[in-house]
Amino acid sequence: MTIDVTNASDPGASASGSEALVVKRRNFKKGLRRMESTFVVTPFVIYAFLGLGVPALAVIYQAFHADTGGWTWSNMHLVTHGIFLIGFENSIKLGLLSSLIPGVFGVFVAYAIQTSKSTVLKRLTSTASGVLANFGGVNLTFMFIATLGSAGILTAWLHALGISLTSIGFNLYTFSGVVVVYMYFQLPLMVLVITPALGGLRQNWREAAENMGASSWRYWIHVGIPVLMPSILGGMLLLFGSAFAAYATAESLTLGLVALAPIQIGNFLNGNVIAGQTHVGYAIAFGMLIILAFVMALYSLVRKRASKWLR
Amino acid sequence: MAPVSIYEVDRAENEAVAPYSTGKPKRKFHLRWWRFLVLIIAGAYILIPLYAGIKFSLQNDTGGFTDLAYKNLPSAPGFTAALTLSLKLAIATMVVSTLLMVPTSIYVHLHMPRFRRAMDVVTVLPIVIPPIVLIIGVTGVYPLWAKSSPYLLSFMYVILAMPFVYRSLDAGLSAIDLKTLTEASRSLGGNWFKTMWNVILPNIRPALLSATVLTLALVFGEYTMASLDLWTTIPVWIVQAQETNDGHIQVAASMMGLVGTWILLLLVVSLDRSQSRRSRRRAS
Repeated sequence: MTIDVTNASDPGASASGSEALVVKRRNFKKGLRRMESTFVVTPFVIYAFLGLGVPALAVIYQAFHADTGGWTWSNMHLVTHGIFLIGFENSIKLGLLSSLIPGVFGVFVAYAIQTSKSTVLKRLTSTASGVLANFGGVNLTFMFIATLGSAGILTAWLHALGISLTSIGFNLYTFSGVVVVYMYFQLPLMVLVITPALGGLRQNWREAAENMGASSWRYWIHVGIPVLMPSILGGMLLLFGSAFAAYATAESLTLGLVALAPIQIGNFLNGNVIAGQTHVGYAIAFGMLIILAFVMALYSLVRKRASKWLR
Repeated sequence: MAPVSIYEVDRAENEAVAPYSTGKPKRKFHLRWWRFLVLIIAGAYILIPLYAGIKFSLQNDTGGFTDLAYKNLPSAPGFTAALTLSLKLAIATMVVSTLLMVPTSIYVHLHMPRFRRAMDVVTVLPIVIPPIVLIIGVTGVYPLWAKSSPYLLSFMYVILAMPFVYRSLDAGLSAIDLKTLTEASRSLGGNWFKTMWNVILPNIRPALLSATVLTLALVFGEYTMASLDLWTTIPVWIVQAQETNDGHIQVAASMMGLVGTWILLLLVVSLDRSQSRRSRRRAS
């Protein structure tokens, strides 16, 4: 297990005479500490296993089983073709769009907030990003219908300026709408995850760069951005996962009509299915898990690099 | 730590005059202008929908002002039942989440630095693993007695809250000198429990409080799991009531939830900061 922090040697190895007792006692103490750490962390490990591991294993198991029982590949074959494949494609596209835009913009927002002198602003924004990153679903849908729906206030304002949203190809209840709405919780999430990394940019790096005659621009190109890059990429991967996973918002906004992988799972769960295909939902879920496993592997890699600079 | 370093960064930016810079005042203006623009765009994007939602909840069908939606909310059919259920789930989630995460985080910070990275990754998983995948896994495998209780939702909400709770606690614990505090307490004869209760917890209280408020926000906003597990919590009620009402009451409920949580969190953070400032003044 990875939780083993004491590197205890083999008990009784390379010890003789009166030293043996001391070594034995030390080993016993080390063992006790190891037992203690295992004991303290066990509830967390068990909980995470029951809450994350068991459901994931159940999904994998069911994905390869037919409704009649027995192993089968047919579910997997079904979800990698036709409408379900489109669902995956749309979900990935949505994930990319709503992680790149808020990902880049979020860094600027976080930096603007962090370097501002106003404590009130900082307090307002840090609490707001915590609350808004958790916001979503119907509530969010309602707010955006009141803003960008056909009778929304922003629609009316833009109309007064002579801009029609439909003529520029925007429709709140389709894919483009989902992207705009998702950014409402993606942007605060990015601010939330990138702020600690910005705090890790050390003042003396900047001074060193300036002593050598670097302009602010060159400081950012050669020092700031390279140091921040792993954290920014990590944050974006997180945003990708969050957009890829979101269900309630897209469901309530488009009434389940946009082909996205989570919505297709929801349709199977809500019983809008042809008989004999209930396991297809699990197969879609399995597909999502595979994509997310890939994302998480990247995240963990990027994070390792990020922690090199930000201690 | 934060105010000092930020002040320094800012001062350095304003004072630094690089050889090819055209001068201090222009640069200062440039910086302000840039920050202003970013904050205006972000602020507009966040605040306009909020304004639209609040305005809609305060309108009647013809567009006039009314606060009927807020007055009628408590007596709307099904509202109290949904509120009670959500409250019960929220309390259970907060208690379990605190009992599970606080001792683990403290211990890992103190004695198991290597396990921190594992925890980092595990606690990020609930953001990326779709709740919908988790809930179909849960409904597919857990026994009937567990599925027939609403507290299965609380069980899963603890998982969903992990990213925010752990991150909050992690930041709180990193900000204090945990090792010195613990050693001081131990050398004065405090045991592990006393150290945690009397020394560590008071020091990470802001982190703990904000973790709790975020958990509350999560439970009151979670729709996917609750609806697919067929329990009428507040968000599910809002959707169901949509079919029987004109929409104003639901938006009122949403807005109250959002603004209420924000204010609560803001209060928690500001109250705690002012309190710590007072105690510091008393000490000096």
